[in-house]
Amino acid sequence: MNNLKKYNEIFMKVFSVEEKALEELEYQGIDEWDSVGHMELIAELEDGFDIMMDTDDIIDFSSYKKGIELLKKYEVEV
Amino acid sequence: MGIFNDIEKYQNRPAIISGGKEISYETLTEHTEKIAKAVGGRCLVFLVCSNIYPALAGYVSFLQNDIVPLMINHTMKKEMFERLVETYQPRYIWQPVGFSNGKSIYEFEGYELVRRSCTEYLLDDELALLLTTSGSTGSPKYVRQSYKNILSNSNSIIDYLDINSNDRAITTLPMSYTYGLSIINTHLLQGASIILTEEPIMQKAFWELCRKYKANNFGGVPYTYEMLKKLHFSKIDLPSLRYITQAGGKLGKELHSEFAEICRNKGIKLIVMYGQTEATARMSWLPWEKTKEKSGSIGIAIPGGKFSLIDVNGEVITASHVTGELIYQGDNVTLGYAMSCNDLALPDEHKGVLETGDMAYIDNDGYYYIAGRKKRFLKVYGNRLNLDEMDTMLQAAGYEAVTSGEDNHVKIYAVNGTEEEIIGFVIEKTGLSKNAFQVIKIQQIPRSESGKILYTELK
Repeated sequence: MNNLKKYNEIFMKVFSVEEKALEELEYQGIDEWDSVGHMELIAELEDGFDIMMDTDDIIDFSSYKKGIELLKKYEVEV
Repeated sequence: MGIFNDIEKYQNRPAIISGGKEISYETLTEHTEKIAKAVGGRCLVFLVCSNIYPALAGYVSFLQNDIVPLMINHTMKKEMFERLVETYQPRYIWQPVGFSNGKSIYEFEGYELVRRSCTEYLLDDELALLLTTSGSTGSPKYVRQSYKNILSNSNSIIDYLDINSNDRAITTLPMSYTYGLSIINTHLLQGASIILTEEPIMQKAFWELCRKYKANNFGGVPYTYEMLKKLHFSKIDLPSLRYITQAGGKLGKELHSEFAEICRNKGIKLIVMYGQTEATARMSWLPWEKTKEKSGSIGIAIPGGKFSLIDVNGEVITASHVTGELIYQGDNVTLGYAMSCNDLALPDEHKGVLETGDMAYIDNDGYYYIAGRKKRFLKVYGNRLNLDEMDTMLQAAGYEAVTSGEDNHVKIYAVNGTEEEIIGFVIEKTGLSKNAFQVIKIQQIPRSESGKILYTELK
C-alpha cells in the first residue's frame, strides 16, 4: 500500500469520513475530530507508519494537510 | 449568606486571565454587581457554561448574591435544554447571546440575561447551586449543594493543596463539572488567578497559554493523563508548574505510578484525589510524598472529613484489606438530589453522611483503595463477588468477555470460548458452584464512544 493510501485510510477509519472530504479536514472541524479522536488518529498514524511523534508535532497536527507536512520529519513521504 | 462576598479585598490582583486580558478582582466585582442588579434577587437561574469570562462572572455574581445557578454545559443539545427548562422553571437564563429564544434584559460581553415566565416554587434557604452528575446528557437529576458545602469543601482543598494568592490555575475541565468548579472556587477564595480557556490540551494554543501566563497547576481526569502520556508529558518544559491534580475516576495503578515518577523527575507534585458531586467535590487526597509508594490509592480523608467502611451486615470494618462500602462524613456532604423545581425546597436529606456507592479497603498504614462500584459486587451463596475482577480475570485468560447479573446469578457475556470451557475456568478461579454461572454468547461487547462498557445494553 502506498503512503497516501495508508494515510487516507487511517483518516477515513478514525473519523468515518469519505475520501473526498479529507482535503479540507481540520481539528474540531467535525464532531469526530475532538481530543479523543485526535489521540486515536495519532496512535493509528504512529502504528501505521511505525514512528513516534514528538509532543510539538502532535499538538501542531491541526489538519489533514498539516499532517502531511509534519510526517516528512519522520521520513514519511505521503 | 453568599460566597465570594469579600473577594474585592484582593483589589488589583489578577482574578481571571481570558482572551488575552487580565481581569482584576476589583473589575470582576464591578461586573458581578451589575449582573446581580439585573437579576434583582434570589431565584433560580440557568447558567450556560463554558470556560469564558462572562460565564464565570455570572457564576461569581450569583453565588455572591444568593441567586441559585443550575449549571449547564454549552454542548448540551437544544431539545434536552428545553426539557430541563420545563422541568426546573428558571426565572432567568444566563447564556451566550441567542443560545435560546427569549426576552433579553441585560447583555455583557456576548452573554445575555433572558427573563422567562415561570411557575411558583420555593428555594430552601441553604440551597446555593445545582450540579449534574451526568455531563451533558440532559438528565433531570441534579445535586443540591449548599453554601456551607461549597465553603467547607473549598477550605479543606485550600488547606491540603496549600493554595495561596500566587497560584495560577489553567482550566482543563468544564466549569459545569464539580471538579473543574472546585478549582475555580478555591482559587477565587484565595485571591489567586485562573487562566480561563476552552483550548484542549491536545492543542498547541493550550501549552502556549500555559507558558505565556505561567500556569502553576491544573487538574485532569484519567483520560487527561492518558493524553498527557501520549504527549510525552515528561518532555514538555513547563518551569512554572508547581503541581497537578487527578480525580474523576481511577487512574489505574500503572499510570499512577508512571506519573509519580515523571512528576518527581520534573520536580512537580502529583496529587491524586477522590470525590463525587454528592460530596460537593472532594473527599480524599493522596499526599504527594506518598504518591509513588501508595500508587493506586485514593489516600486519606480531606481535612474535616472522615471515612469508614461498612460490611454486608452494616458493621464497621476495622481490619485492613477487608473490602466494604465506603462511607464519608463531613460538612461537604450535599443536601440531596432534585428531579424538578418542586424539590428545591427540600431540606438536608443526608445530614452530613454519604454512602458513596463505592467499595473500598484500607492498607496497614490507613490509606484507602477503591475496589469498585458497589453495584458491580454480587452476593453469590454468601460470598461477595467483584464483577470487575471477574472481567479482568476472564480477559487475562484470553476470553473477550464481561460479566453482569444479580445475586446468586452471574451472567458471563462472551464473544469467544465455549460454554463448557468458560464455566470450567470460572468455577476453578472462584471456587463457586457452576449453578451460579450462565454463559451467553454475544457478537461483540457493547461500548460507548469513549470505550466504556455499556452494561445496561447486555441482554
